[in-house]
Parts: sequence; C-alpha cells; structure tokens
Amino acid sequence: MSEATPLLEVRNLSKSFGAVQALCDLSMQVAAGEVVALAGDNGAGKTTLIKAISGVYRPSSGKVLLEGEEMNFSSPQEARERGIETIYQDLALADNLSIGANIFLGREPMTKRWGFLPVMDRKKMADAARETMALLDFHVNRLDAPVSNFSGGQRQAVAIGRAVYWNARILIMDEPTAALGVPEQRKVISLIHQLKAQGRGVIFISHNLQDIFAVSDRIVVLRRGVMAGERRIAETTHDEVVKLMVGG
Amino acid sequence: MTTDAKTETGQTTPPQGGHVSPPADHAETAKTTIQRIADLRAWLFLAALIIGFELWSRLSFGGTFIFNPFNITSIAVFAVAPLLLATGQTFVIITGGIDLSMGFIMGLAAVVAAHVINWATPGMGMPLAVLFGALVAIGVAMIPGFINGILVSRLRVPPFIGTLGMFGVARGVAFLLAGGTTVPVQNSFFAALGNGRIWGIPWIVIITAVFVLVMHYILSQTRFGQHNYAIGANEQAARRAGIDIKAHLLKLYILSGMCAGLAGFLYAARFSAGAAQAGEPLLLDSVAAVVIGGASLFGGSGTILGTVAGAFVIAVIQYGLVFINVEPFWQFISVGVVIIISVLIDQAQRRISGGRQSE
Repeated sequence: MSEATPLLEVRNLSKSFGAVQALCDLSMQVAAGEVVALAGDNGAGKTTLIKAISGVYRPSSGKVLLEGEEMNFSSPQEARERGIETIYQDLALADNLSIGANIFLGREPMTKRWGFLPVMDRKKMADAARETMALLDFHVNRLDAPVSNFSGGQRQAVAIGRAVYWNARILIMDEPTAALGVPEQRKVISLIHQLKAQGRGVIFISHNLQDIFAVSDRIVVLRRGVMAGERRIAETTHDEVVKLMVGG
Repeated sequence: MTTDAKTETGQTTPPQGGHVSPPADHAETAKTTIQRIADLRAWLFLAALIIGFELWSRLSFGGTFIFNPFNITSIAVFAVAPLLLATGQTFVIITGGIDLSMGFIMGLAAVVAAHVINWATPGMGMPLAVLFGALVAIGVAMIPGFINGILVSRLRVPPFIGTLGMFGVARGVAFLLAGGTTVPVQNSFFAALGNGRIWGIPWIVIITAVFVLVMHYILSQTRFGQHNYAIGANEQAARRAGIDIKAHLLKLYILSGMCAGLAGFLYAARFSAGAAQAGEPLLLDSVAAVVIGGASLFGGSGTILGTVAGAFVIAVIQYGLVFINVEPFWQFISVGVVIIISVLIDQAQRRISGGRQSE
C-alpha cells in the first residue's frame, strides 16, 4: 500500500479519556475505491476511531490526513465539508420528510417565488433526490412521500444518497446492515460495491464476517485500542479474523 | 388476460376488472388516499358541523345559519384569539413540545397594552399610542417566550414543566400589573381598531388572517419551518445535519410568545380593556385546535391550515350551539368528543402506515 498518496491516512493516532486509553498508536490507510472493514469486539476502539476521523473527537495525539493533507477537524460539520461523511446505525433521517428534504436537511436550497418571496426550492430537492437515487440504482416513483413510507434498506440508501450527493469521498458506515433483513442486507452490500466503483473510500464497521468478506478489500482488526492485525480479504479466512479479534 | 398477467408477476390480489398496476405503486396510492382523508379531517369536521347547524337552523326556525353575514363575522371574531394562540402552539407542538404559558402571556400582553396606551395617549396622540402599545405589548410577551426558550433549549427543562412554571409567573405578573382588576383604555382609535370594519370585515379578523398567512408561509416554505419538522421527527438527525437546535428552540418559544402577545393586544382592542385572565380559557382550546387540525402531540406533524380548520371547528361548535339555543355546557362535551374522534383517526392512520412499513 505504498503506491500513491492514500485518500485517507490515520497516522499514530491515540485517544484517551482521562486515564482510559481508548485508542493507542493506531495507523491505517484507505485508498480511493477501497473498502476497509473495521472489526473488533465491543470496546475495541472502533467507534472511537471513526469518531476521531469524522471530527467528533479530537485525537490526543497522532494525525488524520486527507489526500496527504493534515486535517484538524473541530466538528463533524467540518469533516463533512471536506468529504468525510458518517452514516449512522440509527440512520439519522427525519422520517416525516421526503428523500429530497432529507438529502438537503440543514442546507435547503432556496429560490424566489414571484420574483421576491424566498421559498424552499422543492423542485431542486426532488430532482436531486431522483438523480442521486438513480445513481445508487434505486428508483422511486413518489418523491414527495415521507421516508417513513420506505423499507429499512431503502432508507439506508437515502442516508447513503445524501452522502453521495454532497460528494463524500470517504463514507464511514457504522453497522449499516445490523437492523436489516437478509434481502435488505444484500441491497446495502451492493450499494457499497457501487460506492467503490465510483472511486470513493469506504470504512465499514460490522460484526458480520459474512458481510465483511462479501464487500471489503481489507480488514483492520482492533483489540483493546490497539491494532491486532491487518489482512487483505483475499488472503485471510474467517477463522484467522476471529482469532485476531479474541486474541490468540 | 388480466388474470394471466397477474399470475405472471406473482401478484396475489384478486383480479379487479382489468386494472393492472405494479403492486408497490398501488399500495402507495391507496395509502395516500387514506392519509389525505386523515390530513383533511379538520376540514371535513368543519363542513359536517356547518351543514348540521344549517339544517337544524332551517328546520327549527326557518332561517339560515352560515349564509347570515352576522354569524360569519361573529364566528370569525370569536376565533381570533384561540386561532392566534393555536398558530404559535402549532409550531411548538410540531417539535414535540408544548407551550402552556401562552394563555397568561396573552393576558399579560393585554394588560401591558392597556397601561401603555393609557400612558402614551396624552403625549403621542391616539394612533401613535396604539402603535406604541402594540409594539410594547408584543415585545413584553416575547420575554416569557425567551425565558421558555432558554429553559427548554439550554437548561434542558421539559417543555411541559418549563412552560408550566412560566404559566404561573406570567399569571402572577399579569394580575399584579392589572391590580387584580381589568384595566379600561381611554382611546377611541383603539376601540375603533378593535370593533371597526372595512368592507364589512372586522379589522382584527384581517390582522389575524394576514398574520396567520405569514405563519403558514414560515412553516411550509422556509428553512425555519423545515427544521421545525425535522426536529420534531428526529432531533438527533437534525443536529447531525448541522441544524442549531438550541437557537431554533429559542426562536420557536419567542415566536409562540409573540403570537400570544398579538392575541392579547387584539383582545384589549376588542374590549377596550386589558384583563389578566383574557387567555385563561383559551390555552386548552388552542391545543385542541392544533390536535383537531391534524398535529400529533408526539411531534413531527401538523400544519397551519389544519390548525385554522381546527380553531374554526371549535368556534363553530361554540357559536352554533348558542345560536340554536342549546345549553352552553354542551360545548364542552362536543369539543371533547371532536378531540377524541380526531385522535382516533390519527391513531388509525398510524396503524395503517405502520402496517405498510413492516411489510
């Protein structure tokens, strides 16, 4: 992995909360078009790591580099502006709003009606929703329907669609398949393949080894805040990953 | 042929006279029809009430109810204060909150308007004193709104408790300022504003209509309105999307105080007097209007147009029952029944959409 500058690089990152060292001297990289799975037991430091990357936490020491440039995010908004988008397990959608309204939530486009009255540009939101969802191979006929009308996988696609629309280069997905049925999980896996094909970097947290092996290029295993091992998916097995996770 | 096509697509519904449509599409259409009826329920209630009173009126004393301009303006004037309170309440309830202090903020504003106009009339002249009184009364009404906003947004006090506290404070301050009595206003311009008409329409109804229209615009067309819905549906999602929740809630409760302030000012204009208890019976009516209008007390839904219908449902019941000479206590029963039916429709609609979701 020492070819060009990686899309995202984490260098010697540590994070402690008081006396508790949640993450210790961790380094990893994500290339464009690469899916990196983050695995580890509960409390291994996965969440701390993604929160440090996405601007929720400031690292105690170490660096986060985006295309070789050192980042110093003080909020998730800043990280998002630079193209690092996190898709949370509980989706973070407003159920009573349409797909377009969710994509634009907090950054609604405005237009003028009758030349003077500022109003939200619903047409632009609907158009963007249609185009973005088509890009993810997900076709909706009722763009004004609230997202509560859609299934879990479709809603996951809306959350991903929002990140894609805002040109996220790195998508961090925390257990994206956890709350879904099997067909919906497949749909999300294929969405991740699409993101990969579009040259985006994906960091993918999961407990489900089957999902990890289905979609990732590389797996990074954490244990008690330190790197327990890093493997190319093609060169490892379920057993080896489990051993890395539990320590043995 | 139709049946063949359906078997091919694996659809299990019985054939319906050549009507072939994709199953998902069909379900969505059926659902929106039910939703649409549920959304319009306040207007349907209103239509039913008007038809009912009209029939009663014609059958028992041969006169019309709704085609009598006197009745229409009386109902409209009657609806002014509860509608203004309900407009502010709609914004608050959509975020999942409630503002219990609005009734006494209205009373406080009415008393402040009366005092200020009396004080300012000799120096400023009548019209200017009224304008000054309006600004001060609405400005003063925004203070308890501001405190409500601080309590709810920064100090994380539940809206029910925070505004209940402010209910007591505003009530006490209003009665203290009024000296425990009503405060008459000596200003004929003010009286003319409160009771005068233009083209047969009372001024206070026009002022209310314009204000409510502006509020409808804010809720349905601006970012502030959109964020209001988002916060009510999923506060965490709104925060993650970069919406400043604290600033929004602060503005929200100030807005609701402002609505109560305008209601108090118009009340004082109508009666040429300020009274601390002006809004006391209207608070629960305002919540009822919002609920009848289709909002959920859990937050996330509601519209100003629905609330307008809800407020008129209550006003028509109250006025209509007096009109047909029914004992006034029936008003409480009727409004209560309408609230319960309205919530039952809301629940039924939720069950239906919930069922679709889990499919």
